[in-house]
Amino acid sequence: MADVPAIEVRELTRRFGRFTAVDAVTFEIRRGEIFGFLGANGAGKTTAIRMLTGLLQPTSGDARVDGLDVYTQSDAIKRRIGYMSQRFSLYADLTTRENIAFYAGIYGLGRSDIAKRSRDVIETLELTEVADRRIADLPLGWKQKLAFSVALLHEPSIVFLDEPTGGVDPIARRQFWEHIYGAADRGVTVFVTTHYMDEAEYCDRISIMVNGRIAALGTPTELKARFATDSVDELFVRLARGRP
Amino acid sequence: MRRKADASRGAFFGFVRKEFRHILRDRRTLVVLFGMPVLMMGLFGYAIRNELENVRIGVAGATGDEVARRIIQRMDASSLFEVVEEVTGSDGIEDGFRHGRFNAAVIFEPGFAGALQRPGPAHVQVITDASNPNTASTVQAYVEAVLRGSGMEPALFQMRYNPELKSAYLFVPGVMAVILMLVSALMTSITITREREMGSMEVLLVSPLHPTQIIIGKVVPYLALSMINVATILLLAAFAFEVPIRGSLTLLVGEAFLFTLCALSLGILISSRSSSLQTSTMIALAGLLMPTVLLSGFIFPIASMPAPLQMLSHVVPAKWFLIIVRSIMIRGVGLELIWRETIIIAGMTLLFIGVSVRSFKLRLE
Amino acid sequence: MNSVLVLLRKEMRQIFRNRTMLPIIFVMPIVQLLVLAFAATFEVRETPMTLVGEAFGPDARQLVAEMQASGYFDVVNRTTSMHEAERDMQAGRSRVILRFPADYERGGRLQVVIDAQDGATAGVVQAYIGRTLGARRTAPAPVEIRPVHWYNPNLEYELYMVPGILVVLVTMIGTFLSAINLVREKEIGTIEQLNVTPIRKWELILGKLLPFWIIALFELAFGLGLAWIVFRIPMEGSLPLIFGLAAIYLLSMLGLGLWISAITETQQQAMFISWFILVIFILMSGLFTPIESMPVWARWLTNLNPMAHFIEIMRRVLLKGAGPEAVFKQALMLWLFATAILTLATRKYRKVAG
Repeated sequence: MADVPAIEVRELTRRFGRFTAVDAVTFEIRRGEIFGFLGANGAGKTTAIRMLTGLLQPTSGDARVDGLDVYTQSDAIKRRIGYMSQRFSLYADLTTRENIAFYAGIYGLGRSDIAKRSRDVIETLELTEVADRRIADLPLGWKQKLAFSVALLHEPSIVFLDEPTGGVDPIARRQFWEHIYGAADRGVTVFVTTHYMDEAEYCDRISIMVNGRIAALGTPTELKARFATDSVDELFVRLARGRP
Repeated sequence: MRRKADASRGAFFGFVRKEFRHILRDRRTLVVLFGMPVLMMGLFGYAIRNELENVRIGVAGATGDEVARRIIQRMDASSLFEVVEEVTGSDGIEDGFRHGRFNAAVIFEPGFAGALQRPGPAHVQVITDASNPNTASTVQAYVEAVLRGSGMEPALFQMRYNPELKSAYLFVPGVMAVILMLVSALMTSITITREREMGSMEVLLVSPLHPTQIIIGKVVPYLALSMINVATILLLAAFAFEVPIRGSLTLLVGEAFLFTLCALSLGILISSRSSSLQTSTMIALAGLLMPTVLLSGFIFPIASMPAPLQMLSHVVPAKWFLIIVRSIMIRGVGLELIWRETIIIAGMTLLFIGVSVRSFKLRLE
Repeated sequence: MNSVLVLLRKEMRQIFRNRTMLPIIFVMPIVQLLVLAFAATFEVRETPMTLVGEAFGPDARQLVAEMQASGYFDVVNRTTSMHEAERDMQAGRSRVILRFPADYERGGRLQVVIDAQDGATAGVVQAYIGRTLGARRTAPAPVEIRPVHWYNPNLEYELYMVPGILVVLVTMIGTFLSAINLVREKEIGTIEQLNVTPIRKWELILGKLLPFWIIALFELAFGLGLAWIVFRIPMEGSLPLIFGLAAIYLLSMLGLGLWISAITETQQQAMFISWFILVIFILMSGLFTPIESMPVWARWLTNLNPMAHFIEIMRRVLLKGAGPEAVFKQALMLWLFATAILTLATRKYRKVAG
């Protein structure tokens, strides 16, 4: 089991009419790694994630998540993955506790499990005081942390995070990444997209998407050496301009 | 100074163009905006009818009776009635009513023809399914008239303006009022609230555009759209439904224009006072749709309503516009007889605008 | 199944926490019933009338008194000039002109001019005048007519309208609110989080529609209660029958809401399209104007309108005490539509985008 890749993608493509959002992309994600899926806005990152999480049907190509085929076994896949959307998608008019209870219930957790996980999440994120207040009243940073915890409620083996730190201040971003490390330490494979190039340094491996294609893939150190840049940021700018 | 004015004007036209593009791109809403008038015209012109027709009748006691049979034939021959079956007994009638097979039963006393010859009246029982009171009273009246059969016309009747009593004459002018009010008010309130919700309103306010220009820019596309709807409705009315335009077309269009402004200003008012898109649409649909359709005299005569509702109808702009439209189209009346209603609508428009401007100013501060 | 219950609980929580929802559920039926029921009437009342004549003899005065007493007419002007009367009509101040010729008392004929813009009212007025005159002028009638009005002896229009209004009420909740609710999740993005879970499509649909089914049935009960208190509407037939058929009817309307949510992207579009479709249904349902009066093709079309069938069921069961055999055809149509619409809508609604 350990050597089956967490995610396998081969020539994965998605077209919308004449526009190709994801163009014959190929890569593999190893178990337990933190993989950064970088690219500018509109490069195709969200489309790729949506195909891997079973929200969008690919136009062509293959993809396997946790060894399961995205075309035919998407329901089984959904049981094993967690997802945090780019848009905040917990219920703003429900409380922290209610949101947790809801998603835990949907994933089939039993009553006692729900109670236990609920306590754990609230304590870990230090939300005890606001656990019974509507989420709409929480500051953005806490909302993000909560969404992340909800994605992990059912202990999935892979978690997909789409721009999880969007619009949050740098300190909160660092704190969030602490949580990501925590999850990775527990063996969860983390597939995270971001347009903050400095976050690339936090990942085990990264890929950079430009116009629907993967322009570079490897560890941050490798890539910086290969392209002779000091930072991933600089690397990205160069790739985006089409001068490798 | 001059440069700023030029920039402002250029920005304004750019803004108006953007608004047009927004509308044209939302195809689903567009279908409703243009399709609604055509659909309503179709329904009200052809399908929705007020006059009674095809009232089904059950009869009893007519077999073997010459006179009774002749009377029944006369009833059947008229377009109002359709004699459908012979009924047997009270249970049969109840069954017929419950199954909806007929709306009334006409029962001749046994030996009707003979009873007519003898002194004293002959008896006919008319049992109506009065769950529909309209049918009931009309059936009763008609049967009475047929049975009395007085050859001489009791009075000289003249049906003015609409000799064939076509329903379309009543409904079609109303469709124009309803469409204009709903489209204009609804769309304006939505578009302004949406802009505000998305936060782009602030961007606009910081631009070289003056707030008044922003409002006008948002309103102009719907003004154009409404005028297109007016044209469509009038064309359909005249050519497809033969509803005449007996008065001045120019006056009619002018009044329609004024009413559209009224509706637009109402839309602005709604958006200026509602906090979310959901609220403004709900208010517009429920708070505008119901009164406009019900209390304006569109389908139901205002005179038939209880006094409180009649008073309420005075604040419904569509009520006044309907009087104007019907006067011009069906009675061929000129401005000298509808100036009061015109002023009322103009007054309402100014009122709505006044309150909106105040609300907006408060909001921005 | 557990997912359905979890989803149902969340939906109910959200619905009742929504500030605008509660007033809609409780205030709307009250307002609709009161305003609609009282406004939606074709009864002829207080029609303004102008009298024209040189002098009014006893016969004339008696006729006018009778007409005014009936409540149908309201004399707004008496004049000797026909021209002035015409002016009244042209200005909309009066709708009927009654002109008494100089020889009226000796048998001269009345001239009646009716503003026939509203054809139906004009017809009723004409019939009434004809009847009144007929009754007075001819010799003792050879035929005596005994009219009996079943189910609604006082010919109250409200009794006729209220069952239909209740149907409209319940439909708005079933279609309108459910469509908006579904599209809202789409619009703000929370539906994605749901789509990514292993919840099955049928569980999702059931969980989202069930709350509105329940609320709509509750509304029906609430509305019936109100109608009974305010209008004393009869409940001749079986209430369980009504609720049973209402449950089936709602399946169609919820299906419609589901379908609308699947073809629209924003709440605004959903509102518009629901409104558009509902207006068509309401107009073609026989609620305001009789189906029998429609042309043949339109009458045939009303067969495809579940609302028309359910309104007929309500009228027959509530006002006439009809039993299941009497409304069998309508019930069957409701069942067929529910199946068809739900199947179509479920197919259209997708967890995975194309």
